[in-house]
Amino acid sequence: MYRLRFHGRGGQGMKTASRLLGTAFFLAGFEVQDAPRYGAERRGAPIFAYVRASRTPINERGIIRRPDLVIVADETLVSIPAAGVLAGITPRTVLLISSREKNAVWRERLNLAGPVLTLPRAAALTDPHELRFIGAACAGAAARLVGVIPRDCLAQAIREELAHLGEAVVARDLDAALGAYDLMEENAGCVTEVPEPSAATYDKPHWIDLPFDGANLAAPDIFTPASSAQVPTGLWRTVRPVIDHDRCHRCAWICSTLCPDSTITVNAEGYPQIDYEHCKGCLICMTSCPAHAIRAVPEEEAAGDEVVGGGD
Amino acid sequence: MTRRLLTGNAAAAWGARLAGVDYVPAFPITPQTEIIETLAHWTDTGELDCRLVTLESEHSMATAAGAAAATGVRVFTATSSQGLLYAMEMLYTVAGWRAPFVLVNVSRGLSAPITLEPDHNDILAARDSGFLQIHCATCQEVLDSVLLAFRLAEDQRVRLPVIVNMDGFYLSFTREPVEIPNGDKARGFVGTFESGMQKFRASAPVSQAVVVLGGSPYSYFRYEMHLASLNGLMVYDEVADEFARTCGRRHEAVEVFRTEDAEFVFVMIGSFALKAKDAVDRLRDAGVKIGLVRPRLLRPFPEARLREALLGKKGAAVIDQNISLGKGGVLFTELASALYGQKDAPVLTSFIGGLGGRDLAPEEFYEMAAITRQAAESGQAPPPRLLYTEEELREVRKLQAIAQVERGRLGLEDKTR
Ligand code: SF4
Ligand code: SF4
Repeated sequence: MYRLRFHGRGGQGMKTASRLLGTAFFLAGFEVQDAPRYGAERRGAPIFAYVRASRTPINERGIIRRPDLVIVADETLVSIPAAGVLAGITPRTVLLISSREKNAVWRERLNLAGPVLTLPRAAALTDPHELRFIGAACAGAAARLVGVIPRDCLAQAIREELAHLGEAVVARDLDAALGAYDLMEENAGCVTEVPEPSAATYDKPHWIDLPFDGANLAAPDIFTPASSAQVPTGLWRTVRPVIDHDRCHRCAWICSTLCPDSTITVNAEGYPQIDYEHCKGCLICMTSCPAHAIRAVPEEEAAGDEVVGGGD
Repeated sequence: MTRRLLTGNAAAAWGARLAGVDYVPAFPITPQTEIIETLAHWTDTGELDCRLVTLESEHSMATAAGAAAATGVRVFTATSSQGLLYAMEMLYTVAGWRAPFVLVNVSRGLSAPITLEPDHNDILAARDSGFLQIHCATCQEVLDSVLLAFRLAEDQRVRLPVIVNMDGFYLSFTREPVEIPNGDKARGFVGTFESGMQKFRASAPVSQAVVVLGGSPYSYFRYEMHLASLNGLMVYDEVADEFARTCGRRHEAVEVFRTEDAEFVFVMIGSFALKAKDAVDRLRDAGVKIGLVRPRLLRPFPEARLREALLGKKGAAVIDQNISLGKGGVLFTELASALYGQKDAPVLTSFIGGLGGRDLAPEEFYEMAAITRQAAESGQAPPPRLLYTEEELREVRKLQAIAQVERGRLGLEDKTR
């Protein structure tokens, strides 16, 4: 059985990627299970999706503990422990990262025993609508890496799954997926089906008897007020709004009024300032600024630079 | 027949479509909403000729479902978790009206704390309502069970509503290959709803909720429901046979897997039972004679079938994805009552696992098998065991410690004291 996991952010088409790959496997004659995994859905938050494919009926359910292939659509997730990108990977797990950096860079950075590959990305994406094509590219690359999915099955999967989006979208997804499929030629078939350990010798689970805790401790209330400030929702951001104070009119601070997360404050001189710890990158501020004083910078670019919210 | 990848939710919607439902009262709730969205889409495009109405709550939704079924039309609806509980008053009421319809419940753990992931406490809260219950383990079963459920509900010998249950996420959002029966075949199997005397009309008012003071008439009506539910055992077997002949798939009231020569068995319901199947195969490879017993029908309780499957075995590990607080696993209790005093009954071990969608690891199945074997050898069952690891508690303690530091920082009192 193949066990594959996609990691990305809400809005990057991970659910679609898992479905494209699932259908491609299915068309190639496999039994399939594919599913997205998310909590309360939100754009930009880390999500994952998984695909199982087997020539015999699948008697497994739920999350994949030991993946054969992990595909990362958003490289910024690798360093976020909560995203769980590296969870359960073994020396036999292939890691594929969509990145503008080279394989060698990631190999050194992660220092993993298993193979690390990158899916080259041509340009930085500022248009959120373009992000979804990353999903198709990831599915295409994965299809080639497992090595058992013919090119025409992949193409047919895309036509079937995305037909409702119209021909133009299908054509772009086909381009993205088949392009990535061809790029992976050198590593075709590098993903192998890892057998499960035998039931004869297994690690005993360390079960414990839950101790009784008083209701003070064991009631599921939130211990501290105002704790949402401590959740760095800025990590969900894929694109960063940057305010150009030369262009800002200090209007009626439309941006700060409309920001759904109240992350824009106004400084002493009357200029708006963005709190990047909590800005989710929805770009409502950008689209509503009458002076066009706010632009979008891809997070992977902005994170390295000294980009500040403006003002100082 | 076509085989394609469908989520459990889409499979449920297909079941309703193939049954040719007339009326769908609806209210959204995660992880069920996709069922209603799919049916709404088909109603819009004309692929489904039915009336879909969104109500203001699940309570109204269940009322509308019962009232519509009482007029003699075919009714389908769906909900989950808190929604099912909110409808609870009306679940008991409409079952009492003897109004047959099908409700799909997508299991999700109950509040508080809030979760989106599944366990069976929601559906088991409806255990005594008079609704029959079918529990599914695959998306295919979801589709087929909706068709079976209409036959079961509408049968004159039963005439009670039926809940088809599937697990949130593990089925509702998971796609797997599902064979969609040919439309004519499916329609032929489900047939038309012959409501007989049940023809509630605005022009000819009937009270569906009569007052019966003094216990005697009340006892009569409630016990008649009980007898009708028990009839469901026989009717289920008949319709399952007919379904197998028409559509080629057999769904027994109790699924048994590799039990024939088994000395031990796992007993569980729902989609995680698939994991138990895998564990059975692997344990068999390792020389353990074990099988799986999975009741699909939970109401009526298939007591005879379960005895048949379990008497003579040495031990049975009952895995409950639910907890009756202050007692323990519900399935364990029910099974124990079915086996008590029976000759050659197996030793039963009780495990609570998968609450709020907590995963069950293969090693945990192997260990449950080992514990059950020891119990059978010693003739003494161990106390019930929550599947919960040291690591999990350590994680919780870590979170509590962080919360404590925060409280200290804010000058609040220490909650650990
Ligand atoms: S909306 Fe634009 S012009 Fe107005 S305060 Fe914000 S950045 Fe400045
Ligand atoms: S992108 Fe703009 S509107 Fe959206 S959260 Fe960030 S600052 Fe607020």
